[in-house]
Amino acid sequence: MAAELALIVLSTVLVNNFVLSKMLGLCPFVGVTKNVENSMGMGMAVIFVIFLASVSGWFVNKFVLVPFNITFLRTVVFILLIAALVQLVETVMRKSFPALYKALGIYLPLITTNCVVLGAVILIMNREYGFFQTITYGIGVPVGFYLALFIISHIREQLAMAKIAKPLQGAPITLITTGLLALAFMGFSGLVRE
Amino acid sequence: METKASIENAASPAEGEAKAPSRAWTDFANALKTDNPVLRLVLGLCPTLAVSTSVQNALGMSAAVLFVLLGSNTVVSLLRNVIPAQVRIPAYIVVIASFVTIADLGIAALSTELYDALGIFIPLIVVNCIILGRAEAFAGKNPVGRSIADGMGMGIGFAWALVLLGGVREMLGSGTVLGFPVFDSVMVPVLGMRYVPMIAFVLPAGAFIILGFMVAYFNYLTLGPKKAETGHSH
Repeated sequence: MAAELALIVLSTVLVNNFVLSKMLGLCPFVGVTKNVENSMGMGMAVIFVIFLASVSGWFVNKFVLVPFNITFLRTVVFILLIAALVQLVETVMRKSFPALYKALGIYLPLITTNCVVLGAVILIMNREYGFFQTITYGIGVPVGFYLALFIISHIREQLAMAKIAKPLQGAPITLITTGLLALAFMGFSGLVRE
Repeated sequence: METKASIENAASPAEGEAKAPSRAWTDFANALKTDNPVLRLVLGLCPTLAVSTSVQNALGMSAAVLFVLLGSNTVVSLLRNVIPAQVRIPAYIVVIASFVTIADLGIAALSTELYDALGIFIPLIVVNCIILGRAEAFAGKNPVGRSIADGMGMGIGFAWALVLLGGVREMLGSGTVLGFPVFDSVMVPVLGMRYVPMIAFVLPAGAFIILGFMVAYFNYLTLGPKKAETGHSH
């Protein structure tokens, strides 16, 4: 059991990294990583929301969708669940943790349409994970996302000082750098067999 | 393209009638040329990169996105005076999610092969920023005809970027286009050797790099060669 859970973490963080290998969550990845501070804010907010979304998604799937035989509604149900969750987190955070809200608040609305969250919830459902596997997956996926944001934002802060041809500035050079990073991460692919 | 637009203008001389089609045409052309969602706005990257491993997958994904985009733009535009402004985003998402569910079930019924190839990226059309973006920026404020034209232009703009990327990746990564061995058909008779596919281009790494250069080239075209020559970032 413990070994299996450790493998899930290793797999989601390094081998099947959502950004670099599964190509999910690319819009925020290109959009907010111009500086380290913003990326870390986004990364923390994503960790928070994915964890809650995957656990509540698991409960909704197990106790609502499957018993009532309405799994074909999963897309509609999960996206509403995530939207409601993000709204709830935002409200609770603003009332109870103003400091945290100040740091993460502006990233929260963006997360509803971040495909990492919906992707994680749907993959958990597709793979028929148990409860503990779901919790582990819900931590591993956003930590992998955080790692990718961390690396690319540091690289981009360096790139800002480099002399880059005008057409390549911004999104193109970020995409090319990400490609090289993805090549490097392919080195991890032997670690876990999925 | 432009001649067709002018013919449409000339064909309907009545004042009220003449305005609607030409306006819709301008919306369509704008969406197609100046606002290409992938290459210009750099939106909708996840499906673009993930499913463009071959031309066939790219076409399947484009068709699904075009269907959802047309459906959601039409319905959002029809309901634009009914939906209260405060809850418009959740309302749009429900409309989009419904069309995605239809597309999901439709693809599953039509082709198991395509359904497996596109996989999780079919339900993820819901969170494709192009679609919600058009609902919010265009369809929620404009009449149905123009919204359909905009959806059509955005969908086709997405499609050609996706098919182009899919074509390059399939050609370099597998040596084929739509299954036809483009390199081997020339290299085997002339040089007597086979093309060795560069597998990295089918993998994520290749997708990022090729799209990066495609966006850069598109920037180069829009910036103009002179401005682009000496660039210095700050």
